[in-house]
Amino acid sequence: MMHPLSATLRMSIPIAMGLISSAHAAAVDFQQDILPLLADRCFACHGPDGNQRKGDLRLDIEAEAKKAVIVAGQPDASELLKRIGATDPDDHMPPSDSGKAALSVEQIALFRAWIADGAVWEGHWAYTPAKVTVPAKAKNTPWTRDDIDGYILARLKAKGLTPSSEATRETLIRRLSLDLTGLPPTLVAIDDFLLDNSNDAYENLVDSLLASPAYGEHMAQSWLDGARYADTNGHQNDFHRIMWPWRDWVIGAFNDNMPYDQFVVEQLAGDLLPEATESQRIATGFNRNNKTVTEGGSIEEEWLVENLVDRVETTATMFLGLTMGCARCHDHKYDPISQREFYEFYAFFNSTEDKGFYNATRGNAGPQILLPTYAQQQELQKMEKKLAALRADLETARVGQTSEYDPWIKSLRDATPAAEATAPVFEAKLRGSLPESALQTSRDPSWTTGVLGSALALDGSAEATLNLSQAVTFDRESPFSVALWVRPDGEGALFSKMDEANAMRGVDTYVTDRGEIITHLVNTWDKNALKTKTGRVLRMGTWTHICVTYDGSSKAAGIKVYVNGHAVPTKVEKDTLTGPIDTSEALRLGQRTSSLFLKGAITGFQVFDQALTAEAIAPHITTALAAALPADISEEQDKALRGFLEQNVAVAVRPQQEAYNNFEREHRNYKQTIPGVMVMQERAEPRPTFLLKRGAYDAPDTSEQLYPSTPDFLHAMGEGLPRNRLGLAQWLVDPANPLTARVATNRLWQMVFGRGFVKTAEDFGLQGSPPTHPLLLDALSVRFVESGWDVKGLLKSMVMSATYRQSSVLNADLLAADPENILYARAPRYRLSAEMIRDSALAASGLLSKKRCGPPAMPYQPLKLWEELAGGASQGPYKQDTGENLHRRSIYTHRKRTVPHPTLSTFDAPSFEYCLARRARTNTPLQALALLNDTTYVEAARHLAQRMLTEVDGAPEDRIEYGFRLATGRRPTASERTTLATGLAGYMTKYGEDSEAAANLVANGDSPAPEALQKDTLAAYMTVAGVLLNLDETITRE
Amino acid sequence: MDTIKFAQQINRRDFLQRAGCSLGAVALGLLGAQDATAKNTEDAIREVATHFAPRAKRVIYLFQSGAPTQLETYDYKPALTDLNMTELPDSIRMGQRLTGMTSGQANFPVVASRFKFKQHGQSGMWLSELLPHTGTIADDICLIRSMHTEAINHDPAVTFFQTGSQLAGRPSMGAWVAYGLGSANQNLPTFTVLVSRGTGRLGTQPLYDRLWGSGVLPGRHQGVKLRTGKEPVLYLANPAGCDTNTRRQMLDQLRDLNEQKYNAVQDPEILTRIEQYELAFRMQSAVPELTDISDEPEHILEMYGPDVRRPGTYARNCLLARRMAERDVRFVQLYHMGWDHHDNLPDHLGKQCNDTDQPSAALITDLKQRGLLDETLVIWGGEFGRTVYSQGKVTDTTYGRDHHPRCFSLWMAGGGIKPGITHGTTDDFSYNIVENPVHVNDLHATVLHCLGFDHERLSVKHQGLDVRLSGVEEHHPVKAILA
Repeated sequence: MMHPLSATLRMSIPIAMGLISSAHAAAVDFQQDILPLLADRCFACHGPDGNQRKGDLRLDIEAEAKKAVIVAGQPDASELLKRIGATDPDDHMPPSDSGKAALSVEQIALFRAWIADGAVWEGHWAYTPAKVTVPAKAKNTPWTRDDIDGYILARLKAKGLTPSSEATRETLIRRLSLDLTGLPPTLVAIDDFLLDNSNDAYENLVDSLLASPAYGEHMAQSWLDGARYADTNGHQNDFHRIMWPWRDWVIGAFNDNMPYDQFVVEQLAGDLLPEATESQRIATGFNRNNKTVTEGGSIEEEWLVENLVDRVETTATMFLGLTMGCARCHDHKYDPISQREFYEFYAFFNSTEDKGFYNATRGNAGPQILLPTYAQQQELQKMEKKLAALRADLETARVGQTSEYDPWIKSLRDATPAAEATAPVFEAKLRGSLPESALQTSRDPSWTTGVLGSALALDGSAEATLNLSQAVTFDRESPFSVALWVRPDGEGALFSKMDEANAMRGVDTYVTDRGEIITHLVNTWDKNALKTKTGRVLRMGTWTHICVTYDGSSKAAGIKVYVNGHAVPTKVEKDTLTGPIDTSEALRLGQRTSSLFLKGAITGFQVFDQALTAEAIAPHITTALAAALPADISEEQDKALRGFLEQNVAVAVRPQQEAYNNFEREHRNYKQTIPGVMVMQERAEPRPTFLLKRGAYDAPDTSEQLYPSTPDFLHAMGEGLPRNRLGLAQWLVDPANPLTARVATNRLWQMVFGRGFVKTAEDFGLQGSPPTHPLLLDALSVRFVESGWDVKGLLKSMVMSATYRQSSVLNADLLAADPENILYARAPRYRLSAEMIRDSALAASGLLSKKRCGPPAMPYQPLKLWEELAGGASQGPYKQDTGENLHRRSIYTHRKRTVPHPTLSTFDAPSFEYCLARRARTNTPLQALALLNDTTYVEAARHLAQRMLTEVDGAPEDRIEYGFRLATGRRPTASERTTLATGLAGYMTKYGEDSEAAANLVANGDSPAPEALQKDTLAAYMTVAGVLLNLDETITRE
Repeated sequence: MDTIKFAQQINRRDFLQRAGCSLGAVALGLLGAQDATAKNTEDAIREVATHFAPRAKRVIYLFQSGAPTQLETYDYKPALTDLNMTELPDSIRMGQRLTGMTSGQANFPVVASRFKFKQHGQSGMWLSELLPHTGTIADDICLIRSMHTEAINHDPAVTFFQTGSQLAGRPSMGAWVAYGLGSANQNLPTFTVLVSRGTGRLGTQPLYDRLWGSGVLPGRHQGVKLRTGKEPVLYLANPAGCDTNTRRQMLDQLRDLNEQKYNAVQDPEILTRIEQYELAFRMQSAVPELTDISDEPEHILEMYGPDVRRPGTYARNCLLARRMAERDVRFVQLYHMGWDHHDNLPDHLGKQCNDTDQPSAALITDLKQRGLLDETLVIWGGEFGRTVYSQGKVTDTTYGRDHHPRCFSLWMAGGGIKPGITHGTTDDFSYNIVENPVHVNDLHATVLHCLGFDHERLSVKHQGLDVRLSGVEEHHPVKAILA
């Protein structure tokens, strides 16, 4: 069903446009009237996308269309006209099953007139260079103040409308303050302005607002939306990240009035500028604001592609107003961007150092620059020095170790057996035969080859392990050592003499499948025992010599573990031994009494009656290895020896390695506490770029590599420009670029008029809304470039205009003539943004903090909001700030993407996941609940009441007027005053009679209520203040 | 007060007529009207008209977050018993991508379900012994064993189910339904969300506000999360020291002042704002009335099981879902977390089933006995399935399963859906679908079909694209399961 109103409007725009179009006065305008219809109804099948094209017909190219279906000057000979007007459904275009609406009678008439008139063809308005065309009816009148007004007035006159009168000075100062700084004016500022009768009072006010640091904070708000800035990474666990130094850069850039071309270049490619400064590198955080993936199991390549696509879309949307993302999977259906061109644009970004997937990384990842304080810098230098020293230690330790295989074997062959080697009290060589003490096992032993030749193979079953008769006893008061060679292939006991049935009484040592060595001396587990555990010192499948020594002290500290002769640190897990540990159980190899069956192989088992030292162990190892070396080393033994040697070096330098690793971790953790900011940085070699079929990361068309390039339908990239991000940025701000200045100008207009000339600020393509004032948009964007991209200058001329200064008061005629206020016969009137609503309430109540920039603030938020969704999976609960940080400007509120702050999101702030060029403006009951009940506003109401009570000396009506002015910027009417005074009287009675309620009410919020004020009076005024903060006018820009 | 309200409505109607706009075009959802300008666009008109007669008026979606295994619940694979601990044949796996969590595994040992299956109901639906209560509703549900998805990790997969796209930023299913059907209750949100935490796995996968976001649709269509405790909706409760009478007085004054403003500046947005404050006031009593279950008789509470007595449990949320169906809330989205069983699956799964089996079945039975099931579409399911091979070590008592997007099970019941049928078949390994595959976007098309929408025509323009719940590729409602 066609909406009657929108039908009227759709007609009214072209007609009005036609009247002021200088080139085709009174004629149909191709750009305004014809092309949008062609694009919307025809291009899906007859447009740029070659894969979808039907009947080999293109209507996006003049020559093709005129060759086939349009005969200029002859409507009746034009197939196009026959088809759009056909009554036979088989002939009718667009087809009924296409989902595209048929053209209306009026629209068909437009086509007919256009063809009859010669079918003059022009490119899409936004893709042709802007030029200044003064409308025929734009004359200076007493009303006009700026060129802007001439353009506006021409449209109004054409429609038979006249501008509204100028708004009151109270309205003007509030409007200007809100539009330029996001904050309401102070009462002092209002009074000064009202009293200033000079001619330049208004201009002075504009200048002072533009010079205020609050200006940059306000301007940053919408830029942050576009840059999808947030303080968390956005996916899954949504960890915190530090990007606020970039946010502060944006605020600073606006306050310094950085020329917009420089603003663009630094954010896209500041790192590539010659001798880039720190500030220029921070600026590139713009394209590091995208979400990043940390979810385990994610696929690097997939998310790398998503991140790059996000950068292309953000860059194209914010600077070009193009929906390039549409060309990711296929040629763009409406705009002349091929899929290939999409990936050529993408190639500009496919060369940076950051990754697609950061597994479980908390905080910043990828290239970043740290921004330490002086003290942090000192500490960092100290740590880096120590880290270098530890690395040197590690290298030195490595040098001392034999790591070359052949010389090592030779040294073993040349070694003379150590004469004084301590003799074992028991030995089981386990090299092809069992010792005599072996008890009958259920099956014959199997043998394998190890470092010492033959070794006992264990397959993890009970049958394979070995029980020995009472060959040894272990006593808690006597020292002993147990040594053996083992190749562990999994968890299991090395040896035991332990009675599992008798509270584990006895001794055992076992290895875990993580490579830890655990030793027990037990009287009664787990009350009377020793237990130690090493780190992960063993490698599965590698031959190792292990010696466990005990000094007879009954202390866990008396247990030492040597791996390949090197002492390894142990952790004491039990240290309570006071009773005997002897048991009549057999000595078992490869198992406990009846569990922990080892999988792997063992050989060379020895028991000593003293605690061996490292010096005493070493000769045993060398001697055993040397003695077992045959003239021809078998392949298996060779492999075992090589594995041993390799691990031996690692074990030997383990203390140094651990010291280094530990400090390196400390250093890394410390760096995490230093604010850094993620930045763009080029790889040494760019990644090769290919067209991805259907946009899928795993379907690259590798038949042809693509290189960075800009779309053909726009101006060519200068020969002198580098084919990288810097070249791209310079191409964007080339005055020949038809889009960049228009898109920026449109966004600035949107900031002070509530809506851009192009309503779809994100889409200037064929599917976007046509501009309401194309000539004015062009004139302003030309002026913008010629001014040296002076943002404050352009904003100033907009707000200096008579158009801007009009009253926003509506009446029935104005509404009927122009319900959407497209023509500006009045100023727009609309609700403030989420940030402005909160900031205004804080400002009115005097709570607003003046602290600028720095880490994000954590204002009031209902309890458990984060935990309900993320549970234990994320970074813990919301830590609400205290004191001044509760009341900072909303631009500084912590932005958690998966759980946006409700104060902001309720009022249409986005969740900052994707680039957003304009926000919705809704009106919901949840907003009412937030303004009435959120502690933020309840506390603000109390402070507003405190100001009414302490800053005014007078009657209740005077206090009411004061509060009303703080909230709305104007004095109440007599009737409003009466309503409020009646209310106040009621609340005075209510809280006078209910002191408990009064005490409860004034206790809302962290800040204490002043003792000097009567609680019932304060509560009553607070209730009135609550009404004031909820007034439609308070949260509206008029 | 009634007189004043009536007068306002007259004012508003006058305005709308003068603006050449019919009232029907702005019959908007509870969660408010947009600004004056948007009201007059075609977008607003689209919010009420269905494309054909709907079979269901509302949806209750029991989302099992973390991805329940199909092998131990709904997809009976007796052949696996003999294949237990054998290597997954390459002919089955066919080189499909795996998550980074198991792609490095040397072996892929097939593990059979440790839980027995038996047949239920007249249709003889095979269900696991972990789902005895679901057995009692076997003839009421339609079991789909051939769901498949494109995503392999939780975040994109849940987002895909809830919004039709793996990438964040699209409207959620509930937002589409709120947008398409509008509100049928003047005092409650159109689209609500309830979250419960499973007992099966602690430290579970997080959820995100975006899963019930409105994306490119007007913000009023986003889901309202109902929380446990005194304040089921954020900022619902008056601040301490402000009672209902005082609040009413405040609102009366506020309305008085806003009307004065309207008379002065004639901005219709002010009238909308006045209405929103009145709606907010009504919500303040309607929501607590909804969440207070003290009027439920004992036999009903027993039906849902013992957990129903504790706020915030899945059982309580199922009961609240029924209460919302009675009150004509359009879309109730439940999330139950804790199904991500990479290890210790038998233990964790038993607990999750214990959380959900009885309440899910009770919800169906309860809706049915009240005559609400015919007009309510109920969906039970997670974001993907789990692998037939074990992740990590298999012991006598335990094993785990990794993510598996290629097939999984889900059931639907109620308005527009054939009861007591099983749709789709997987191979002996529950690895590939051999019959009647149902893509996630097909499911979206099916849900919209039940609600009276052609999924291809329920779309909005955004950045040059027609955004739809069912995505850009070709998808269809599953005709075979439609009643």
